[in-house]
Order: sequence, then structure tokens, then C-alpha cells
Amino acid sequence: MSQTPLTELDFEPIGGEIGLDPESKRKKTTYWKDVWRNFKKNKAAFVSLFVIALLILLVLIGPGMNPFDYRTNDYSVINFPPDSVHWFGTDTMGRDIWTRVWEGGRVSLLIALLGTLFPELIGMAIGGISGYFGGKVDMVIMRMIDVLMGIPSLIYMILLMLVFGSGNIVTLIIAISITGWMGAARSTRGLVLQLKGRDFVVASKTLGGSAGWIILRRLIPNILGYRVVSITMSIPSVIFYEAFLSYIGLGVTPPVPSWGQLIKSAGENFRYYPYQFIIPCMMVGITMLSFNLVGDGLRDALDPRLRT
Amino acid sequence: MSDKILEVRDLQVTFDMFQGSVQAVRGVSWYLNRKETIGIVGESGCGKSVTIKTAIGLNPKSSGSVKGGEVLFEGTDILSLSEKEIRSILGNRMSMIFQDPFTFLNPTMTVGRQIMEVYLQHHPVSHREAREKALNILRIISFPNPEENMKRYPHQLSGGMRQRIMIAMALICDPAVLFADEPTTALDVTIQAQIVDLMNSLKDKLDTSIVLITHDMGVVAKMVDRVYVMYAGKIVEHGDAVTIFHHPRHPYTWGLLESVPRLDERTQEALPSIPGMPPDLIAPPKGCPFAARCRYAMSVCSRQEPEAYTLPEEGHWSACYLCHPDYIRLHGEKEWRSDQDV
Amino acid sequence: MAKYILQKVLIAIATVFVLATATFFMMKLIPGDPFASLTTKIQVQEKQRIYYGLDKPVVEQYFIYMGNLLRGNLGYSIKKVGRTVVDIIAEAFPVSAKLGLISFIIAEMIGYLFGILCAQFRGKWPDYLLMIFAVLGIAMPSMVIGPLLRWLLGVVLRILPVTGWGSVQQIIMPAFVLGLGTIAGNTRAMRASMLSTMTQDYVMTARAKGLPLWKVVLHHEFKNSLVPLIANLGPGIAGIMMGSFVVESMFLIPGLGRYFVDSITNLDYPLIMGLTIFYGTFLVTLNLLVDVLYGFIDPRIRETVKGAAK
Repeated sequence: MSQTPLTELDFEPIGGEIGLDPESKRKKTTYWKDVWRNFKKNKAAFVSLFVIALLILLVLIGPGMNPFDYRTNDYSVINFPPDSVHWFGTDTMGRDIWTRVWEGGRVSLLIALLGTLFPELIGMAIGGISGYFGGKVDMVIMRMIDVLMGIPSLIYMILLMLVFGSGNIVTLIIAISITGWMGAARSTRGLVLQLKGRDFVVASKTLGGSAGWIILRRLIPNILGYRVVSITMSIPSVIFYEAFLSYIGLGVTPPVPSWGQLIKSAGENFRYYPYQFIIPCMMVGITMLSFNLVGDGLRDALDPRLRT
Repeated sequence: MSDKILEVRDLQVTFDMFQGSVQAVRGVSWYLNRKETIGIVGESGCGKSVTIKTAIGLNPKSSGSVKGGEVLFEGTDILSLSEKEIRSILGNRMSMIFQDPFTFLNPTMTVGRQIMEVYLQHHPVSHREAREKALNILRIISFPNPEENMKRYPHQLSGGMRQRIMIAMALICDPAVLFADEPTTALDVTIQAQIVDLMNSLKDKLDTSIVLITHDMGVVAKMVDRVYVMYAGKIVEHGDAVTIFHHPRHPYTWGLLESVPRLDERTQEALPSIPGMPPDLIAPPKGCPFAARCRYAMSVCSRQEPEAYTLPEEGHWSACYLCHPDYIRLHGEKEWRSDQDV
Repeated sequence: MAKYILQKVLIAIATVFVLATATFFMMKLIPGDPFASLTTKIQVQEKQRIYYGLDKPVVEQYFIYMGNLLRGNLGYSIKKVGRTVVDIIAEAFPVSAKLGLISFIIAEMIGYLFGILCAQFRGKWPDYLLMIFAVLGIAMPSMVIGPLLRWLLGVVLRILPVTGWGSVQQIIMPAFVLGLGTIAGNTRAMRASMLSTMTQDYVMTARAKGLPLWKVVLHHEFKNSLVPLIANLGPGIAGIMMGSFVVESMFLIPGLGRYFVDSITNLDYPLIMGLTIFYGTFLVTLNLLVDVLYGFIDPRIRETVKGAAK
């Protein structure tokens, strides 16, 4: 037994004085801090975020960094390899590739951004209405989505591009928006159905909030949190769509460059002028890679089950 | 060979988390005799099932690790065995019944195959012989319609039937030691009683020693010979079942006993439960881990940890200053004075 | 189960109907006239319009068109004179199907294998290596990886032919380019699915049985991880099909994808319409099969779908 005998003093009752809930010794943390900490831990995702920032910066200032513009042909410098004047070389019409790559980046990234944003907004609106009102409205909308989703959006996209006439950034974004909203709608509807029963929505309803107000102020902010991963992940697929449509001749028309357009036109003489092809390819690759990695990192960071 | 078939000596297990190392098991010792049933009781999170799972390598190595101690099975320390050697014991000489028959059965494999799989792994027999053996064990546990039901998938069976499948899987190789980790918790009350009766009848039929891990003192009362009460990664009281139920000496054990529903008393009152939360084992308290929740806490309790104080009954000890010889000398023996006294 | 299948069949039929109708009216809206030409006389152009039925009112044209569709008649190609769309499909589809099927099956299997390896070695070098490959595979569309491989294997190393169709060597490169995305996607999907399966309670049961790792992985983890991936089969097939547009044009393979791209470039409207409807119907049918397969493989899903459909 113990060395020193215990005395009356040691046996002084102190029941209840210590307190029932011991102060936790764990580090304090909030949800978003936790998400950010987990995201930062994912090196690839963190680096990718910087790469994306750098790409956006170059796309904005790149074309202005040298004296050339993207459409003036200069037949004295046809197919020059990269040097100190033309940093990325020149193409078959003597245009500066550095300028064209960043100018094309503007087009591709703009299409990617708007082509992700618009379908998301359309999808959220339709899915929100479907989930919020339920009943017949929901039934009709969901069956419609079932039908539309049966065929890959690319087929509709090709048809729409034929109708609208290709070669135009606006028509491309419209076609992508018309064909891409179904997934977002379905997912939003599911989330709305989940959220509808939650206390804070029920409270707003009881207090007389209008449907529009509840959707706008209560549901959408909550849904955006869930949707942020798929929004990030759909940027690379829109970039892919742009490249694909350009490849089959339905993208933006020359001389306006886009990455898909640059890849297509350089792919023909790839053997002789590999730099003309590889540079835009790398841009597409790096962009798709970065957004994918950021999306992965976000998903892992948001999913508490995967946390360690 | 000693009578102890399984002995755990001073086992320590920690889990590494972002917030720090959780000391889930902090120097636990217990033993199991041949043909005996012991109960390890405590609230969830007290470390009772982690002790077992980590010892036999069921917890992923990445998170939990054994920091010290021995687990002697028939005299050999299984912590020193290779993975392959442990595999030859698992499911064969030592097997486990898990808590939740809804999640612990593979949803895409017929239950018959899930039972046969164990036997085929440990015996060089044909498929037919394994099937016979599985049918045999299902008959022993009086499983309805064994031939038919062996072809079914888990989701097509009721909870009680699934738990019987788990039992059949655990018993098909005639294990020397059977761990039952909360075997009745996920079931409803009538099924619980059936499963307890079944396991009691199996104790007589088979030559198996059982370690029952539970928080349910009611189940303990019906099944076990000896009881270890575990709290915050430590054993706080030990004694045979009669002693623990009639002369418990640790306030935590009193709390557990008070929270058992009783059918012989009509009461309008809510079932009492132990107030408060177990301590955070990332930084275990200096004194008695239960002091913060204990209505008998004394000044010494928060200062230094109590040791195991031997009590008059055979094998009975309690890690509480109320059982300290000096306390007894000054204040006499503190017995459980509950209106629910057994 | 019957109700589940019936529901899926009805949706499939509606999808094909909507697609056929949409295709028809969109074609009517397209600006540009396929017969407009400076070299043919106006009278000849008129005759051509009458020959192709383009002089009738649009609604009438629609009903004629739908009636023909039901009889399996997709009309004539405008640019490939004298050939019906059905002829072209009959000739070119087997080529596409062969290439697509080979590449799809191999890509699915490799993807699953890689995914399992990643999950088993989570956080170690095989995981990193395969994930880098998978992420690159997703980030490298076929129009990028195709020319690179043709240059490397065909021009620099000279081990595989750069174009053409027929021999085994000619299949390897296009099949790889076509399947790369599927391999990458499946690696990631299988890895994620395996990682969540590995934490399931029944895996602990399997390990408590004393089974060796490979049995735990194969019998308990793999099959359960596969179930959610069946839903990816449909989009996977669609992805291969889209890829075939690029790959077949790039490797000069006489498949349907190349005809489709050519028909778009040539504004061969009946061919575009026919192929769109054919592709749509084909995919809808395959998706229907996948849905039904899903119901058979996992009886729990069948039951929940039945419950949800009420």
C-alpha cells in the first residue's frame, strides 16, 4: 500500500467541487478552420491553388507583356522556335505564340468559368424549385431530368452548336449551359429535400418567410457549401468540352485563339513544330490537373470521415 | 500448464490523432481461466473492446498501437507472434462475436458461405464437409431452417438470426477463447434474452471460455463468473459476480448497477445514469480518473491515483480510496447504500 | 423488380423520342442550305429539295421522318451519294464497337486493379505513383495524348503504326488513347470506394476469421466496392464513345465516330441526324442494361428503388 499513511485531511469530501465536465485538453478548432487545415495538409492541392492563381495572372497580363497581338500575321517569322523575341515561338502564320496562348487562355478560362457557373445556377434554381415545392412539380421536373440525362450532354451540345452556329464564345457558353444543368439540379434537389426538414428552415417558414426568400437566404448558402467540390471538378470538364468541340470543328473559329483551337491547329504539324503543340497542351493539362487536385483536396478536407 | 488460458498483463494501447495521443488502455491486467466466463464492463469509450481488438491486431496498425504489456494465450505472448501465426489462431482457437449483426456481416455474400469460410480457412477439408460442419453448428444453436437460410443474404434475415450467424461463425472451429463484444446491444429486448440464453446453453455444450465485453450489467449478471470493471482505460474493480453485485466497493460500479432497469419494481422515476463525461485520455487526470464525476470524491482523489486495495472477499479488489485501509480505519467500510440494494 | 424495370424502360423510350424530335427540329433551325452551291443550277437545287422531301411543310416532314424512324429507315446521306445512313452504320459500327469494346473492357479491369492497389498501399509510393498516373490520365484529353503517343511510338521509336485499321498492332495505340480516361477514372473511383469499404465492420469480421489479406480483399472488400461503381459504367461507355470521335479521326480508323465528325464538317444533315439518333438510342439501351444489371447484382438497391418509386 502507499508509503505515507493517509490522514483525516485526505479524506475530506469534495464531491461536486471538481466539476462534472472536465475541461477538454484538445486544441480548439472550428469547422472552416479544420477544412482549411486539412486542405493545406494536402500539398498537391495547395500547390495547385497557387498554380491556378498564377495561370489567371498570366492570362490577364500575358498578352500585354510583349509588343505582338494575337491576330496579325507576319510572314517574315513563320514557324520560328522560341527565342528572346518570341518567347514561345511563332506559328504557321508568323503569329506570336506567347500572346496567342494567353489570349487563348482568356477564352478557354472564360468559357470554363461561365460554362461552370451558368449550368450550376440554372441547375440550382430548377433543383431548388423541384425540391422545395415537391409533389407534382417535382415529379415532372425529375422525370424530365431523367429523360435528358439519358443521353450524354455532348450530343445535345453538338446539335446546339450546329443550330446556333459555331465560332462564337457566347454560343459555346449557351450550349454548355443548356446541356449541363441536370446534374446540379438533381444534386440540389436532394440537398433541398434534406434541408427542408431542418429546424432553421422550418423556423423561417413559421415566421412567415416567403418561398423565394427561404430558397435564396436559407437554402442556397447551405447548398453552395456542398456543391463547391463538384463546381471545382466541373471546370476541367468544361475545358475538355471546349477542346473537344474545337477539335471536331465546332469551337471558336480562328483567328480567335482558344487552347482547344491552338491544340487542333498545331496537332496537324506536330511532328515538325512540336513546341506549337506542346505549349497549349501543357496549359490544358496543367489547368485540368490543378482544378482536379484542388477539387480532390476540397472534398477530402470537407469530408469529416476522411480526416485524421 | 496453468489454469489461465488467457492472461493480459499491463497492456497499454494508444491512438495517435491530430490532437495528440489518446491513451485508450493504460496498464490493464486480467486473466481468463479455462471454462470460465468473465465480464469486462464499462461505459462506451472506456477502452474495453480496444484492449482486445488491438491485442489481436484487428485495429488498423496506423492508428492504434500497443505501447507495452503482454497478452499470453496458452502461455505464448501473441503480441510477439508474426501476422501469419496470429491469423492461424484467429477465428480458430480464438474467435469473436461482434456488436452489430447488421453491419458486421458482408452484405454481398450468403451467410452460409460466411460461416463455411472460417472452417475452410483453418481445416483442410472439402466444400461439402465444411457445409456439413456449418449445418451442424447451426443445428446446435437451433437455427431455424438451416439448409434454406444458408443460401440467404444477411439483409434477408432478422437481427436475431443474423446474430446467431455471427455466433455460428465464431464457434464453428471450437475456439478455446470466445470474445463477445456487446453481443446483445444492437438487438431488441426479447431477442437479447434469447441470445443470452443461447450463449449460456452453449457454455455447457462446448469447451469454450468466454470474455464478455459489455456495458450492460443485466447481461453480466446472467452470464459471467467474474467481473472486471473498467473505467478510462483502467480496471477499477474486480471480483466474482456475486461479490460485484452484492458488495461492490467502487462508486463507479455503484453507478453502473444503479443504471440497470429493474423489472420487479414499478417506478415512475427516470433511470439514474452517471452524470458527466469520462475524462479526455489525451491528458489523463493526475488523480483518480473518476473523481470528477464521483459524489464521494475526497481531497486525495484529485491528487494521486488510488492503487488496487484488496478486500476480504476472494479475489476482490477496488481502486478507490474508500477501500484504503486508512480510510476504513478512520471511517469504517463504505458499502453501497442504494434504495435498489440487491 | 418488374415495376423497377418497367419504369426504366419507359424513361428510356421517352428519352429516345425526345432525342429524335429535338434532333429533327434543331436540324430545321440550322442556318445554311446543304444544296446551296454556286456550281449547280437553281432548278437542280429545287429538284434535289423535292427528292429529299424538303419542299413539304415541316410538320409533315416530321411525321414522315418519325414514321421512317420506326421502320428503321434513317434516310440517305447527302454527301456520300446513294448510300443510306443505315448502310453506313452497318459498315462502320462494327469497327467502332470492336475498338470501343476492347478498350473499354481492358480499361475497366486495369482501373479496378490500380484502384485496389492504391487503396491497399494508401499513403505509400505505389499509391502516389498510380494516383499521379490517374490524375494525369484525367488531365490529358485524347487530343493531347494521341499526337504525343503517335509521335513517340510511331515516329521516334517506330514500334507501332501511326494510322490505319486491321492489324493487331494498329489497335493497340488507339485502344490505349481511348481507354486512358476510363483507366484513370476507374482507378480513382475504385480507390475511393475501396477506402470506404475497408473501414466497414464486416471487413473486421473477415479479418477476425483469420483470413489472409488477399482473401479479405478479394472476397469481402472488392465485391462490395464494385457495387457503387456499376453506376459509373453508363458514363464510362459514353466517355469511350465521345473519345472515339477524336481517336478515330486521328488514327484514320473507318469507324462511326470518324463518319460523325466528317458529317459535321460536311454539314451532311441526314447523316448527322441519323448518327445522333443511333448514338442516343445505343447509349440509352446500354444505360438501361446497366440499370437492370444493378438491380440484379444488389438486391438491396432493388428493394430501395421499389420503395422510393411509390
